[in-house]
Amino acid sequence: MPTKDCRGEKCPRESKPNVLKNPVNRFAPILLPAATAAIFLLIWHLLVRLSGSDLFPTPLDVARGIQELVEKGLLLKYIVASLFRVSWGFMLAVLVGVPLGLILGWFRPAFQALNPMIQILRPISPIAWIPVAILWFGIADSAPVFLIFLASVFPITVSSMAAVQNMQLVYLRAAQNFGVTGMQLFRRVIFPAALPQIITGIRIALGIAWLVVVAAEMIAVNSGLGYLIIDARNAGKRYDLVVAGMVMIGLIGLVLDLLIRRLERFDEVKWGYGQR
Amino acid sequence: MDNAKTMIEVRDCWKSFPGKKAGEQVHVLERVNLDVHAGEFVCVVGPSGCGKSTLLNIIGGFIKETRGTAKVAGSPVNGPDPRRIFVFQENGVFPWLTVEENIGFGLMSKSAAHREERVAHYIGMVGLTGFEKSYPRELSGGMRQRVEIARALAADAEVLYMDEPFGALDFLTRLKMRADLIRIWQAEKKTIVFVTHDIEEAVQLADRVVVMSKRPATVAEEVKIDLPRPRDLDSPGYLGARDRIFAIMGMDVHGGGAGDPR
Ligand SMILES: Nc1ncnc2c1ncn2[C@@H]1O[C@H](COP(=O)(O)OP(=O)(O)OP(=O)(O)O)[C@@H](O)[C@H]1O
Ligand SMILES: [Mg+2]
Repeated sequence: MPTKDCRGEKCPRESKPNVLKNPVNRFAPILLPAATAAIFLLIWHLLVRLSGSDLFPTPLDVARGIQELVEKGLLLKYIVASLFRVSWGFMLAVLVGVPLGLILGWFRPAFQALNPMIQILRPISPIAWIPVAILWFGIADSAPVFLIFLASVFPITVSSMAAVQNMQLVYLRAAQNFGVTGMQLFRRVIFPAALPQIITGIRIALGIAWLVVVAAEMIAVNSGLGYLIIDARNAGKRYDLVVAGMVMIGLIGLVLDLLIRRLERFDEVKWGYGQR
Repeated sequence: MDNAKTMIEVRDCWKSFPGKKAGEQVHVLERVNLDVHAGEFVCVVGPSGCGKSTLLNIIGGFIKETRGTAKVAGSPVNGPDPRRIFVFQENGVFPWLTVEENIGFGLMSKSAAHREERVAHYIGMVGLTGFEKSYPRELSGGMRQRVEIARALAADAEVLYMDEPFGALDFLTRLKMRADLIRIWQAEKKTIVFVTHDIEEAVQLADRVVVMSKRPATVAEEVKIDLPRPRDLDSPGYLGARDRIFAIMGMDVHGGGAGDPR
C-alpha cells in the first residue's frame, strides 16, 4: 500500500494492521467467542442430561421458552417495561449527578458540606432501599425508577466530582489567562476537561442501573424481566422461563454497554482514554 | 539608558513551598530583584529546578510570592490577565479543541471574521497549515507546542511570558520560531520574558539575559546583549556574551546541581 499524504485530512486510523494481513486472525473476534459459547452450551446440556434433573432446563428448553414468550407477546412487553424504568431513573440520575458532581468538584465548601453525606449514602445497596421505596411509592413504576435513580446517581456524581478535582492545572491556568471566568469557564474548560471521566462514570452507572431494575422488579412491580423470573418460578416452577429471563437480561445488558461505549468515540473526549 | 518605562518590577521576592515533612519549607526563591522595561526582551536562564518557572508564575499571577512584591504595569500582580499571555512549559493546549479552535480560544470576544483571519495567519506562521481540524492527540509534541505558541501570539497581548516554549522543537523549527518571535516582537513592540535552559538561545534572542543561581535562587548576574539583530553568531560580541554566561553558570557547578549548559 503506498503511503498516503494525510495533510489536511485526518489520516484513517490504522488500527490492528496485522488483523487484515492474516486471514486467520480476521475472524478471530467472531470465532473465538462463538467457540467459547458453543462449548459452554454443550457442557450445560450434558450436565443437565447427566444429572437427570427435570426442573433445570437444557439450552434447547430455554430457547423454546424464549420462543413461547415471543409468541405470547410477553417478551417484548417485559423488555420495554424494564427499559422504560431504567431510562427514566438513569436519565434523572444523569441530570442530577453531572451538575452536582461538577459543583462539588469545583466549589470547595460545597464539597466539604455534602461529600461526607454522599459517602455515607453511597455504600447502602439499592436493594436495601426496596422496602423504603415500596413504602413511599407503593408498587407503581415510580418505585423502581426511584431505586434506579439512587443506584446510578452516586457513581455519576462521584466520577464527575473527581474529574473536576483531577483536572490538569495547566488547562485552568490557560483559561484564566485568557480571561475566561464564571459560567464560561465551566462551559468552555471545566466541563470538557471533565467529560471523558464523566462518561466513564455514566457507563458504570448504566451497568448498575440495569442490575438494579431487575432486582427491583422482583419485588415491587408486576411487569418487566425481573418480574418474569420471579413469576415463572412461583407460578409452576417454570425454570425454562427463569433462565430465558436471565439470558435476556444478559444480552440486553451487553447491548446497553455497547451503545453507551459509543460516547467514548467522540473526538472531544477521545483524548481522555488510553490510546490502544 | 533607563528612559523606557518599567513594565515588570520584582522587589525582594521570596518563595518557599511546603516541604515533604510537616513544617518544613523548601526555599526556592530568595531576594529576587528583576526589572523589565516595556518593549524589552529578557531571557532568564539558570540550572534546572532553580525556580525559573516559579518566578515566571509569580509574575504571571498564578502563584503568590511568600515575601516581597511583584508589580506589572505599575500595579501589584493579582491573578492572571489577558493582556499578558503565558506559554506554559507543560503543554496547555486544550485536547478537546481542534488546532484552530485552540488558537482562536483567546479571541472569542472578537468578530468571527477577525478571528478567522488571525487564526489562519498564525497557523501559517507556525507551519501547521493543513492541520486546522486536527486534535492535539493527533499531533506530535513539537506541533502541540507550536499550537500553544500560536494561541499566545494570536491573542495579541502586550506582554508574553514564555516558559521554555521551544523545548520540544527540532533544531530547524526552533531557528525559524526564534526568527519569527523576534520579528513579531520588533513589529508589535511586545515585552517578552523568556525562560530557557539554552544559553545560545538566550544570547540570540535577548536584550538582556538574567542568570539565576542554583536553588534557593536569586539573580546571580544580568548580562546585557547590546548586539544588532539579526545576530551574527560568530561575532566577538556574541561569543563574549555567551562565554560570560557559561562562566557565571559554570561557577555554580561547584555548588552542585547546576543545569546543562548546552
Ligand atoms: N507546587 C510546588 N510545591 C512544592 N515544590 C515546588 C512546587 N513548584 C515548584 N517546586 C520546587 O521548586 C523548585 C523550582 O521549580 P521550578 O519549576 O521553578 O524550576 P525551573 O527552574 O523552572 O526548572 P526547569 O528548568 O527544570 O523547568 C523545584 O525544586 C521544585 O521542586
Ligand atoms: Mg521550569
